[in-house]
Amino acid sequence: METFLGIDYNFWWFLVFGAVISGYAILDGFDLGAGALHLFLKKETSRRIALNAIGPVWDGNEVWLVIGGGALFAGFPVAYAAIFSGFYIPFMVFMIGLIWRAVSIEFRSKEPGLKWRLIWDFIYSFACIVIALSLGLMLGNVALGLPLNEQHEFIGNWLSFFNPFSIMVAITTLALFMLHGAIYLAMKTEKRLYTKLTILAKNFTVFFVVSFGITTLYTLLYIPHLSDKIRSNPVYFTLPLIMFLAIANIPRQLNKGKYRYAFISSSVTIASLLAMVALEVFPNLLYATNDIKNSITITNGASSLKTMKTLLLIAAIGTPLVGIYTSFVFWTFKGKVKLDEMSY
Amino acid sequence: MVTEILARIQFAFTIAFHYIYPPLSIGLGLILVIMEGMYLKTGNKIYEQMTRFWIKIFALIFGIGVATGIIMEFEFGTNWATYSKYVGDIFGSALAAEGIFAFALESGFLGILLFGWNRVSSKVHFLSTLMVFLGSMFSAVWIVVANSWQQTPAGFHIVGEGMNTRAEITDFWAMVFNPSSVERLIHVWIGAFLAGAFLVLSVNAYYILKNKYLEIAKPSFKIALVVATIFSLAQLLAGDKSAEGVAKNQPAKLAAMEAHYDSSAVADMYLLGWVNNTKQKATGIKIPGGLTFLLHQDFKTPITGLNAFKPDERPTQVNAIFQMYHIMIAIGITLIALTLYASWQWKRGKLFDKRWLMVVFAWAVFLPQIANQAGWFTAEMGRQPWVVYGLLKTSDALSRTVSANQIIFSLILFTLVYITLFILFLYLLNKKIKYGPVDYGTKETIEQGSIRDNPLLTH
Repeated sequence: METFLGIDYNFWWFLVFGAVISGYAILDGFDLGAGALHLFLKKETSRRIALNAIGPVWDGNEVWLVIGGGALFAGFPVAYAAIFSGFYIPFMVFMIGLIWRAVSIEFRSKEPGLKWRLIWDFIYSFACIVIALSLGLMLGNVALGLPLNEQHEFIGNWLSFFNPFSIMVAITTLALFMLHGAIYLAMKTEKRLYTKLTILAKNFTVFFVVSFGITTLYTLLYIPHLSDKIRSNPVYFTLPLIMFLAIANIPRQLNKGKYRYAFISSSVTIASLLAMVALEVFPNLLYATNDIKNSITITNGASSLKTMKTLLLIAAIGTPLVGIYTSFVFWTFKGKVKLDEMSY
Repeated sequence: MVTEILARIQFAFTIAFHYIYPPLSIGLGLILVIMEGMYLKTGNKIYEQMTRFWIKIFALIFGIGVATGIIMEFEFGTNWATYSKYVGDIFGSALAAEGIFAFALESGFLGILLFGWNRVSSKVHFLSTLMVFLGSMFSAVWIVVANSWQQTPAGFHIVGEGMNTRAEITDFWAMVFNPSSVERLIHVWIGAFLAGAFLVLSVNAYYILKNKYLEIAKPSFKIALVVATIFSLAQLLAGDKSAEGVAKNQPAKLAAMEAHYDSSAVADMYLLGWVNNTKQKATGIKIPGGLTFLLHQDFKTPITGLNAFKPDERPTQVNAIFQMYHIMIAIGITLIALTLYASWQWKRGKLFDKRWLMVVFAWAVFLPQIANQAGWFTAEMGRQPWVVYGLLKTSDALSRTVSANQIIFSLILFTLVYITLFILFLYLLNKKIKYGPVDYGTKETIEQGSIRDNPLLTH
């Protein structure tokens, strides 16, 4: 097996894919969270400010999903084929959610009428909730594994996706995004709206901690094998440790009013949660629950070495570029939201 | 069989709907770069006004383009899992490159393009407009490369067997510059420029007819007319080059385009006609030996006909391919005639005097759109029964785990959502056009406006 810096290429691409998905969850996570809590904001100006807080960046954030999809397709086509054809129904629902999220942001501001805007507020918020829930549901099922045949194709029934564990992961994802989104909006607002968002952020912290706690408890009691990997090596324990410290830091920073630090903490929480799932699943991309031989791993699901090298080169050239213009855009729109004539 | 038809209908429907928007974004992007460039150079408020008006319309088009585009990326996995496994090594690389080099650039700078007018200097704003335009051009590069690889595969070898057969890359640049990439890309780009230019022409022709906003409508019309004239003519060359490539690389497709069955005969060129595929005969107005002349500059060289291919290795929808191809050609010729005539009238100083000409331009917005769609239908139907030409049949490329019922469910869902989207799009576009390129006013007037329209604001 050929390696680069002592790590084989498939593992490199697994890391890149994981980083892109974490990037997506952190970046679009606050957009989706802001959308999910949209209806908690009652005044028209508050809603406009909230929309304009994500307005210039949400589209760029969503691109991380596109890159992630491309990364999976290119690097692990077998997993790409199995996951998306297997999750057919929830994925279609997810995509319809993405369509409505995108167009409701755009359409809402095009008419001044109260009814028009109220309808779009509902569609927007509902779409964001559906997106977050379906993402969480699919994440939960990936963590559990799916029944696969010898050609690595899904052979189960889609109703089995709605198992207690995955539903809990879905709710936890929604809670985490709402918390993350409230913190982001608090950073971008001032005065009474800011105060309102600080209260919401604290409530969502409770929502998240409770749902996360129940999910963890359920996992430890009923699906103990999901934590086998972490038990296998004490070094891995640092991962949950980092996560718990990050979670504990969120209310602490919220109380101090330091929203930037709280935002970093919620971002770390998202990334470490995904890293834990990745660690448990590894070296599988999709674990076959019926027969371990049918699992899709980073070896049997991977593209050729030549493609892996090309992809890493593409990522090495592309990532700094994306980093530069993403920071430039965030820097341009830094500070509190000010509405002007080009705003939503 | 049923799943195959449903999956194909779903793909055709979602891609055709999506493809209304990206060409408009690319074409409008070019026009925005020109308009804003003129503003930067002259400092003339008229150019600022038109730029800001078209940015608003661009936002609407871009939004729907993104929303419907994401579906496409994942539809390969949901409906065409076997295809995805087969081509992932190659097709996936192009999609990944598209995401990181094109979409990230486009979407990143879009924020500044739409909302940065008061936040960055006019130079930085212009740079952002340029980057959004370049991003959209790059995304066309990668997606056309991926599709061209399906038409003319290169730079790969086949590994595995049975269900595990797949194409693996051997030469990245040979894959990127496969025999049809460059000529098809240019053809697609120009089609997009025309779509954008004719939208601008149409809206401004409407204003001129209504005698409104003339000080902005007339110069906007002229900018778009220059773009439309240059690229209508350029498309003639690009299209000819593309057809030549099809003749060389995909003779079965070319034969279907002109309904040419007999390999021992010279090939005719039809202006219009109707094909009876069972009788293997086309009737219509034709230039005898025209296709032979186009390819070989004589009237006697025989051209490979459909009968040279096994019945299960050549397209069956010959009449549909024939019609699509001829619709595209007819529109191409019409656009050249229209833009040249308008340019001549401009030179005579009578461009805006002819009311009928403005009426024609107001409606001509549909022509490049229809031609773009027809061209893609020709390319994709003409490749059948192959999904990857000569390597993988469409019927073998499906997701074997997805049932017909699931596809029907999602097809109904997409149909309902897209019809709603399209109605909303037309409604909002119409409203924006009616509102016109007027002064966007100050923050205060906007807020007063919203308070008037929205009682929630007052408490």
